Amino acid sequence: MPSKLTPEELKQELLKAYPAKVARKREKQIIINKHKDETSANGLPTTTEVLANARTIPGILSMRGCAYAGCKGVVLGPTRDILHIVHGPIGCSYYAWLTRRNQTRPVSDEDPNFMTYCFSTDMQEEDIIYGGEKKLKKAIDEAIAIFKPKALDIFSTCPVGLIGDDVHAVAREMEAKYPDVNIFGFSCEGYKGVSQSAGHHIANNKVFTDVLGLGDLKKPGKYRVNLLGEYNIGGDAFELERVFEKCGITLQATFSGNSTYEEFTSAHNVDLNLVMCHRSINYMADMMETKYGIPWFKVNFIGAEASAKSLRKIAQYYGDQELIDRVEAVIAEEMPAIEAAKAIHRPSLEGKTAVLFVGGSRAHHYQELFHELGMETISAGYEFAHRDDYEGRHVIPSIKVDADSRNIEEIEVHPDAELYKERVTPERKAELLAMGIEMNGYEGMMPEMKEGALIIDDLNHHEAEVLIEKVKPAIFGAGVKEKYVIQKSGVPLKQLHSYDYSGPYAGFKGAINFYAEIDRLVNASCWGLVKAPWQSSPELSASYAYVG
Amino acid sequence: MNLKSTSKTKFTTEPGREVTQDACRLCSPLGACLAFKGVEGAVTILHGSQGCATYIRRYLISHFREPIDVASTSFTEETAVFGGKSNLLAGLDNVSRQYSPQLIGVATTCLSETIGDDVAAVLRDRVPANPEETCKVLNVSTPSYCGSHADGFYRAVRSLVTSLTEPAHETFNRRLNVFPGMASPADLRWLKRVLKDFGLEATVLPDYSDTLDGGLWSSYERIPSGGTTLEAIRAMGSSECSLEFGHALNPLDSAAVWLEENRGVKRLLTGAPLGVAASDLFFHRLQALTGCDFPAELQAERGRLIDAYADGHKYVSGKRAAVYGEADLVATLALFLLEIGVIPVLCAAGGPVNAFRDVMKGLVPDLEERGMEIMSDADFDHIEQATARIGVDFMIGNSKGYKAAKRLGVPLVRVGFPIHDRFGAARNRLMGYEGTQRLFDDLVNTLLSHNQEASGLGYSYM
Repeated sequence: MPSKLTPEELKQELLKAYPAKVARKREKQIIINKHKDETSANGLPTTTEVLANARTIPGILSMRGCAYAGCKGVVLGPTRDILHIVHGPIGCSYYAWLTRRNQTRPVSDEDPNFMTYCFSTDMQEEDIIYGGEKKLKKAIDEAIAIFKPKALDIFSTCPVGLIGDDVHAVAREMEAKYPDVNIFGFSCEGYKGVSQSAGHHIANNKVFTDVLGLGDLKKPGKYRVNLLGEYNIGGDAFELERVFEKCGITLQATFSGNSTYEEFTSAHNVDLNLVMCHRSINYMADMMETKYGIPWFKVNFIGAEASAKSLRKIAQYYGDQELIDRVEAVIAEEMPAIEAAKAIHRPSLEGKTAVLFVGGSRAHHYQELFHELGMETISAGYEFAHRDDYEGRHVIPSIKVDADSRNIEEIEVHPDAELYKERVTPERKAELLAMGIEMNGYEGMMPEMKEGALIIDDLNHHEAEVLIEKVKPAIFGAGVKEKYVIQKSGVPLKQLHSYDYSGPYAGFKGAINFYAEIDRLVNASCWGLVKAPWQSSPELSASYAYVG
Repeated sequence: MNLKSTSKTKFTTEPGREVTQDACRLCSPLGACLAFKGVEGAVTILHGSQGCATYIRRYLISHFREPIDVASTSFTEETAVFGGKSNLLAGLDNVSRQYSPQLIGVATTCLSETIGDDVAAVLRDRVPANPEETCKVLNVSTPSYCGSHADGFYRAVRSLVTSLTEPAHETFNRRLNVFPGMASPADLRWLKRVLKDFGLEATVLPDYSDTLDGGLWSSYERIPSGGTTLEAIRAMGSSECSLEFGHALNPLDSAAVWLEENRGVKRLLTGAPLGVAASDLFFHRLQALTGCDFPAELQAERGRLIDAYADGHKYVSGKRAAVYGEADLVATLALFLLEIGVIPVLCAAGGPVNAFRDVMKGLVPDLEERGMEIMSDADFDHIEQATARIGVDFMIGNSKGYKAAKRLGVPLVRVGFPIHDRFGAARNRLMGYEGTQRLFDDLVNTLLSHNQEASGLGYSYM
């Protein structure tokens, strides 16, 4: 067994291999968790500052992706009926072809689904030299002729901006040619920003300016909400749709799991936005509040308790007894199966530990599920989150704007003259806050983790190796890039991006799936074979030596 | 994934269109990353956005199910404007310090190529921050807008040879270079064993048989052990000859051509030893080089394979297949299929391959009479439409053909890269009588399984 190190000793272990300059930077990204100091001078809660959303150091192996990945792969990828054309050499389109395992469920055979396709302008050398706009226009002509989409978007890859191709001008020109098709482009070249996070922001901006508000679909129901930052990995959205329907809450639009273009266009017809993945979509929530007066709060549907809590928040927000009762009835109906599943799996997992290094919200959200199994998350961090995702939104004003974040457009939003409507008065906000519902609030990951837990932003290979050696967690939550290196050391890795080809894990049924999954992985028989008999028992060792 | 809605809609596409729909190739830096994995102590650094390294790692890792490190020079907007020199230098120093590698392979991307970074000049003038650094640094130009992953692979192998192989003072008999192309780790292991059994001192380049299909670790391995040693690459000039597997290989990207022209090592070009005829030729060459008798074990393997062909002919003879993927693999598979009596009615190379039709015509002079159609630069939409028009009994190629095969209602035999929907891709065997046997069994069983599924009656005697 690895010896028990204090958090400070562990931190020093992580840093000691670095040259001074790298160590100075990483030191600010490896933080020993400490809860709010209530006595701070300015009355604001303080946490230890995490250096997040900082540039990756060249040559230090990172888990991060690029702006294109965040824009195409994460935010827009899960929408089935916007035709996505990737403008660039072939790799970028190929690599983002269904790899995130987003699912979708067209309502009929006529309902288009372009998600299984991978469209690219497949730029060649001559396009780089002479420009690719002509090819892009022809590709759009062809795609529209073949597929007749309602909307078509263009994703810029690295060379596009550099050779001077103007995807926005092309989009405008082609839209004039095809007035029935909404055509828009994203300047999400891979070098923008410091990670995929830049791409989320770019996606939010364009969908907000070019899609939202164009439609007037109003799904029937008294309580209409949008779910922002839910991407339907492994069917999560299907489970949440089931739960919402049971509660009588209408999901107008999800950004963007199992979503359609029309839902996006009419997302302003709601009274509440629910934010799941704060990192990838908080921009949209803020902009919708400014323009339409739609308030938002943070929810988490990863974990049965968290799901129940989030549903109760929605009911309390509306304050309607009928809804409150119905939500309680649904929770009461769902919980026995949860308890039964826990009774099966918790005994073989309780007291074990997990570490989570994933995403911009998952490393926080999944702690709930592990907690329900009696497992503590002793170290966690995000790949591409910002300080607010760690420390809470109150730090936003103090986040320094650097060259990389400045390059991502902040669009100016004003209240819509006709459509702006205040949904909650300041008095009501105060009332809700008193009930524990903070509008526009997110406290981040750190307050919910134990003191002494190690927060590590943008974990790299070397640090993962030290963690395995020094704390040997029972399970490591990350992605496929990390999976096999972790498992080489005899520790199972649960893929929390693509769910290891299973799921759903959201909502109530998802929680049950997750309990069973973690039990299955942590207690798999193969881990017992990692050490040969002669390695683990001295007596056997001797006898094998003689036999050998 | 829901294929329901698309399965009923038949889209038609104009020939000569610009939009690539479901590509059948990956980008060239990926091939370079794979090739460098086959060199002992090597680390690849991609000169460009970090997304390239992340995507490429994800793709390779999902196929091999092994750890694969690819570093990046992590361009920002500033780097894209002012050039990548400082990022490259910082990246090299960091990789050098973290991994203590023997070799760093720098592969470019579309980004660094577009801005015109002169990587070779940066490397030439570079003074390592760590004075004790001993590693060799070399570069390969792999802009993603040129060719495919296969081209990136060959170019990287060639760059290893051009940068490392020294002029030789003497030539050693029974010393041999082998350039196997994009083979599976299991095929590489087989190849090395056979060469050893024949008493040859062979350098197989690249050799990722251990690095991409290794055991668990008792302690952390920063760079997994295995791979062709730098020493062996340096000495490749002293070999009697180079055996290079390939049919459609561009001579400008060929390591063996370079060795022949610059180090006087004779190049023997041959298709990969898949199928009886190709394996016979391969073993014949080994015999000629060594004077060894044809080993009895191989004789027996060959006998079993032909016996299997006889036993299985009723399932395969006269069937029609669509073959797709990397040009060399397509050509190799087409010859194998013809050998077992299957007509490869569609042979589609995913990459833009020069004169692929001529290559195929050279291998199968009567391909028109056999009804074989040849395509290059084909995407899966082209392949699906051609396959639907021609009519086939099965498709054979990488797992990305699944969607087309599903829509067409034909079975798919999975071969090549990537295989992301089946287990054990690293252990797929194709080479030699034994590898051919595995493929033949797999192929027959795929057809049997398809026929069995097609009936609701539950036949268990096929």
